[in-house]
Amino acid sequence: MKIAQFTDILKGDAQADSVVPSTGHSAWLTLFTAGAMTFLAVFALALSLASGRLANRWSDALANTATIRIAASGDQMEAQTLRVLDILKATPGVASSRALTDDEQKALLAPWFGPDLPLDQLPIPRLIELTEADPGYDAEGLRQRLVAEAPGASLDDHTRWRKPLAEAAQKLRLLGIVSIVLILGAMAAMITLAASAALEANAQIIKVLRLVGARDTYIARAFVRRFTLRALIGAAIGAAAAMTGIALLPSADAAGGFLTGLGFQGAGWILPLLLPPLAALIAFAATRRAAFSKLRTLT
Amino acid sequence: MIAFQNVAYGYGGAELLSDVSLRLAPGSFHFLTGPSGSGKSTFLKLCYAELLPTQGEVMLFDRDVRSLSRDDVALTRRRLGVVHQDCQFLDHLPIAANVALPMAVAGYPDQPQDLSDLLAWVGLGQHANVLPPSLSGGERQRAALARAVITAPDVILADEPTGNVDWEMSLRLLTLLVELNKMGKTILVATHDMNLIRSAKAQVATRVLRIRDRRIQLAGADL
Ligand SMILES: Nc1ncnc2c1ncn2[C@@H]1O[C@H](COP(=O)(O)OP(=O)(O)OP(=O)(O)O)[C@@H](O)[C@H]1O
Ligand SMILES: [Mg+2]
Repeated sequence: MKIAQFTDILKGDAQADSVVPSTGHSAWLTLFTAGAMTFLAVFALALSLASGRLANRWSDALANTATIRIAASGDQMEAQTLRVLDILKATPGVASSRALTDDEQKALLAPWFGPDLPLDQLPIPRLIELTEADPGYDAEGLRQRLVAEAPGASLDDHTRWRKPLAEAAQKLRLLGIVSIVLILGAMAAMITLAASAALEANAQIIKVLRLVGARDTYIARAFVRRFTLRALIGAAIGAAAAMTGIALLPSADAAGGFLTGLGFQGAGWILPLLLPPLAALIAFAATRRAAFSKLRTLT
Repeated sequence: MIAFQNVAYGYGGAELLSDVSLRLAPGSFHFLTGPSGSGKSTFLKLCYAELLPTQGEVMLFDRDVRSLSRDDVALTRRRLGVVHQDCQFLDHLPIAANVALPMAVAGYPDQPQDLSDLLAWVGLGQHANVLPPSLSGGERQRAALARAVITAPDVILADEPTGNVDWEMSLRLLTLLVELNKMGKTILVATHDMNLIRSAKAQVATRVLRIRDRRIQLAGADL
C-alpha cells in the first residue's frame, strides 16, 4: 500500500501541490542534503565493493595455493624434491603439486637478477607449487612430516602475511556498508528537520485547509510529494557527479592496486543507480512521519 | 443537524458558556446575538469542532463530536459551510482558488462551473485573480461567504458576515442566505446588526438566539 502511494505521489497533482507555497530555503536544504549525501554514499559504496573484491581475491589466493621451498646441496636436491612430491601425493587435502621447471624459476628471478642467470650453478632453492583441495590439508602436520623426511624443505602457505590483509579488506568493506547506512540515516534526519520546519512555517495554511474539510492525507501529500521529488532530484545529481568522478579515476591495471581498483565493475554500476530512488523513498517516509505527527497536534 | 446538550466551554479560566442546550433543526434559520466578547465565535467553533466542549455533548449530524476521528471531522466539515470572523484564506492563492478550495480538498480538482456566477453575485467578479491580502475587509467577507456556500453544504454558519459591508451589499448577501434556506439548508448567522435580522424576518421564518449571562436563550418577540 505504501509503495503504491509512493509511486502515486511522483505522478503529481498540480492543484493539490499549489495549496502549499513552495518555501525557498527548505527546498534548497533538501536538494543539497540529498545531493551531498548521495555523493558520499556512492563513494562509500565504491569503497566497500572494491574492498570486497580485494578481500575475495586475497582469500582465494590464500585458500588455493602454497609453495614449498627446498634448499639442499646438489645431489640431495633431486632426492628431496622427489621425496616431497611423494609426501604431497599422499597428503589428504592437496589437490595437485608440481615442481617448477628451471625456466619458470628463471622467469621468477629475472626481475631481480636479469635473464642470464646460470641456475644450475647457483644454490637456488627448488620451488614446489601445491594447490589445495576443499577441505584443505593440515599445514602443521605437513610441516612436521617435511622436517622429518626432507629437512631442506619448508612450507610457505602465505597465511602469515596475507591473512591480516584479507581480514583488513573485509573490515573495510564492512566499514563502507556501515558508512552508507549512517549517511542514509543522516539524510533521513536532515530531511525530517527540513520538513518539520516547512510544516511549522505553514501552520496557518494547514489550519485553513483543515477548516475547509481537508483530510490529513491530502495536506501531508502536498508536503511529502514536494520533499520526495526534491530528494530524488538532488540524489540523482549527487549520484551522477560521484559516478562521473569515479569513472574518471585511472582504471584498474593488472597490478590491481587498491586505489586504482576503486571503480565500479560491470554490473556494479547498477548499484549507485539505486541510491536516488532509495533517497526518494527515505524522504517520502521521513516527511510522511513528520507531517502526520505535526498534523495530530492540530484540530 | 446540530444539537447541544448541557454544554459548557471555557478557555482554561472561568466558563464562557454554561449549560447550553439547543437544537438547530434541519432547514431552520437562526441568528445569534450578544455583546462583543460574549462567546458568539466560541459557540460557532464548537459547532464545527474546532473546539470541543469542556462539559456536555455536542452532536453534529447525530454524532458526538468527541467520537469523531480526524478524518470524520474533515468529512463533517465538508457538510458545513463556515464564514470565519477572520476569514481564514490561503494568502498565496487568488480569490477564485480560495473560494473553490472546499471543492478542491474534497477531491473535485476542476474549478466549478458556477464559480464566476457566485463571485459575480457577491460582487467579486473583477477580483477573481487577486490575492486575498489586497482585498478590503468587506471584499474578504464576501469572498468568505462565497467559499462557505460553494459546495451547497447542509449547514451554513456565518460569523459576522456583513460586519464590514454597506447596507445594500448586506441585503444582497442576506438574499443569498435566504435563498439557500429556501432550498432547505440550515443557517446560523452571528451578528450585531438588528436591521439585518429584521430584514430577514420579513423574508423567512427566523429565530434569534441571544447570549446572556453565559447562557443562550431564544429571544422574545421584541425584535
Ligand atoms: N483562544 C482563546 N483563548 C483565550 N481566550 C479566548 C480565546 N478566544 C476567545 N477568547 C475569549 O473568549 C471571549 C469570547 O470570545 P468570542 O470570540 O467568542 O466573542 P464574540 O462574542 O465572538 O465577540 P465579537 O462580537 O467581538 O466577535 C472573549 O473574552 C475572548 O477574549
Ligand atoms: Mg466573534
